[in-house]
Amino acid sequence: MNRALLIWRKSLNVFMLTLTGVAALSVVSVLFLILGYLIWHGGTSLSWNFFTQLPKPVGETGGGMANAIVGSLKLLLLAAVIGLPVGLMAGVYLAEFGGQTFSFVIRYTTDLLNGVPSIVIGIFAYSIVVLPVKHFSTLAGGFALGMMVIPITVRSTEEFLRAIPGTLREGAMALGASKWKTIATVVLPAASGGILTGMLLALARVAGETAPLLFTAFSNRYWSPGWSQPIASLPVMIYTYAIAPYDDWHRQAWAAGLVLLALVLLANLGCRLALNRGGNVRSV
Amino acid sequence: MTSTATTIPHAAPPYSGPRAFVQRLRHGDEIAHLITLTFAAGILLITSLLVWELWQTSYLSRTKFGWHFFWTQTWDPIFDNFGALPFIYGTLVTSVVALVIAVPLGLASAIFLSELAPRKTSDAVSFLIDLLAAVPSVIYGLLGIFVVVPLMRSWLGPLLINTLGKLPGIGKLFAGPNYGVGFFTAGIVLAIMVVPFIISVSREVLLTVPREQREAALALGATRWESTWKVVVPWARTGIMGSIFLALARALGETMAVTMVIGNDPKISASLLRPGYTIAAVIANEFTEATGDLYLSALIELGLVLFLMTFILNGLARILIVATERGGGRPA
Amino acid sequence: MASATQGKNPAAGRIATEVRMTEPTPTGSEKDSPLRFKISNLDVFYGPKQAVFGLNLNIPTNKITALIGPSGCGKSTFLRTLNRMNETIRNTRVQGEILLDQQDIHGIDVVGLRRRVGMVFQRPNPFPKSIYENVAYGLRVNGFKGRLDDLVEKSLRRAALWEEVKDYLKKSAFALSGGQQQRLCIARALAVDPEVLLLDEPCSALDPVTTAKIEELMFQLKDSCTMAIVTHNMQQAARASDFTAFMLDGKLIEHSETSKLFTTPTDPRTEAYITGRFG
Repeated sequence: MNRALLIWRKSLNVFMLTLTGVAALSVVSVLFLILGYLIWHGGTSLSWNFFTQLPKPVGETGGGMANAIVGSLKLLLLAAVIGLPVGLMAGVYLAEFGGQTFSFVIRYTTDLLNGVPSIVIGIFAYSIVVLPVKHFSTLAGGFALGMMVIPITVRSTEEFLRAIPGTLREGAMALGASKWKTIATVVLPAASGGILTGMLLALARVAGETAPLLFTAFSNRYWSPGWSQPIASLPVMIYTYAIAPYDDWHRQAWAAGLVLLALVLLANLGCRLALNRGGNVRSV
Repeated sequence: MTSTATTIPHAAPPYSGPRAFVQRLRHGDEIAHLITLTFAAGILLITSLLVWELWQTSYLSRTKFGWHFFWTQTWDPIFDNFGALPFIYGTLVTSVVALVIAVPLGLASAIFLSELAPRKTSDAVSFLIDLLAAVPSVIYGLLGIFVVVPLMRSWLGPLLINTLGKLPGIGKLFAGPNYGVGFFTAGIVLAIMVVPFIISVSREVLLTVPREQREAALALGATRWESTWKVVVPWARTGIMGSIFLALARALGETMAVTMVIGNDPKISASLLRPGYTIAAVIANEFTEATGDLYLSALIELGLVLFLMTFILNGLARILIVATERGGGRPA
Repeated sequence: MASATQGKNPAAGRIATEVRMTEPTPTGSEKDSPLRFKISNLDVFYGPKQAVFGLNLNIPTNKITALIGPSGCGKSTFLRTLNRMNETIRNTRVQGEILLDQQDIHGIDVVGLRRRVGMVFQRPNPFPKSIYENVAYGLRVNGFKGRLDDLVEKSLRRAALWEEVKDYLKKSAFALSGGQQQRLCIARALAVDPEVLLLDEPCSALDPVTTAKIEELMFQLKDSCTMAIVTHNMQQAARASDFTAFMLDGKLIEHSETSKLFTTPTDPRTEAYITGRFG
């Protein structure tokens, strides 16, 4: 063969392969960049005040996001109560009871719901929960987040249930257990590790969502008792403070960003490690 | 609960008819079936309700503007004249820019991870990239505002204007003035957000390509790169396309990070360095400020449009990914 | 009817169950019946495909009946009809009559049937629970309330596993070896005191030493438990069973006392199989 062509091909080979390595490296370094920036800017802004104080009026320093932290927790609780049971039961249906066509329809619809942009979920929650009573509420925000929790939970529940071998079910049924007893006493306990981590991942995912809260839970510079008032949340506070022109607020936004990211990443890390030990990890 | 276990066959006469005992036997099972079915059907209900609500609450806007909505450029809350074109334009442009950046980057990384990296490194890096996918949008927005925008304003923007901006044709894409916010900035941030999806799915798909394919190419004297680019990647072509579609669907619906860096200007402009607006961003910004039912209805109609766009794309994406997993690639 | 009230009165049911547990054989004329199972004209279909054709077979009480035949001859399919486990697979259809102690098994409660007719599977399938909980599972699920400890020990002894695990009852079942796991599954099946035990190639995944242990186990259980065992291993059938049935292509070819079938088979196909000419 032509010697020059060979040299060209070989150089191209090295060049392109190196390029791929560079690409992978850049992507990974972005992750570390994000973490680095957040730790640097956020870490220096973290203070006791941040965790314990309510937001202060513009111009006053020393304000915090205590209400937003509690708010996010309240919203997550609602999302869990609304979304997790539906997701679990539907997942059990698909894995254990479902008929051919109806299961297909449910799966397709679940995927559809999963793909709906979060802001559109916000519109949906707005028209169902906010519009009838004409005010923002914690309930509306929790509802929106709950809708997002459902498809994630359904998928992971079904997957982990299906992973339980059929011989285990047969063993239980041969002992005289009815189908639902088999599911409740053998299959679900066996799959519980995976199912619970799937639920945790779903909650971690919605904990960081901002868009669906913008016109459901809205925001609140004070504590929000009960469930029918607007409520502050970490992501919305980050957004509000970041686009405002005050340096102090920017600092607080970084701090909140660090807290939020730390929680989300820790939850993800923990779940994925736990799943890895038991089997394969599915991207949620 | 113990009813099913207490029958003593030799003491009981034959049951009258199959139906009676089926009911008693299945007593627990049928209820369980029904309960789980109800929840599953609930998902169907929720999704239908979602579409229905979108349709209903956008009624005012749909009836007033009809199809004109799609090609009207004005967005005028004062005179109640609304058109979707600037937002559809912005949504598409930012997503395309994002893909132009993310696809080569993502595909190259996926190739590196599936073909070149030792398995352990590849798994570890994939793990980290999956973590990247879990970072909330608003955090990307934070970095967008405080890192990418200043970068664009001070360094990258002028660079693009002075290099690509001087070329004929595509030079129009990179004309000043340059404030740092705009389509291109949003595209960069979006690219960072969708790259993990492209890498994750493409890497999985590439790993399923049978060894024999690579080996056949190498045995014919191809270089590693040639075997990868000309044999392995084409084999996984449909799956990779699927991942791109998925990334696109994600980019279209992305709200917070884009809102924070797009500049919020409902105008169509050729230059990517100018501020713009996307569907998700305008809804996020103006929903709570919307005075008047028509205004709100127009915003919701935009939401409906966005929903349809992502619905179609997601459907296509899944068909493509499933096609690769089943068919195992088409002849190049 | 006694049964009708049992459904509504859990206390009566519990007492009845406890009575049941301590009386392994049913009272009445069936107790002395020499035929535990009487199968007539059995056809089994997987969808449109027929797997068993017009099977007629009697399974004698407190004896071991072996089912032999080449792969795919329908012996496992047939075995699973006896405790209606075939119903767990979609699109299976069963025609014909299966009588357990003169009662049609399709006319009685399937969950109750499965308590009386236990099954041990090809690969050990212990639950991901402790050894104790595995054995206790059948008891708990059937609503038995009482001193589980004693029954668990009794079952483990019957399965010749007690001495090996008595100090480790809380340990996970997966900590046991394959052979021990299979004996655990036998103990689990025995815990609910079945009249019949169905064994579907129970030793195929085990080594010869463990296999011998299990065969010995079966011999000791014989007096209180009717057994039907599907096996690929003809030596095992010859050693361990009292009666043998040979199946081919879904049909019963020959059924007689083991010694007779293996020394003087009447059907040439039986002879061809046992001499190893096929299968």
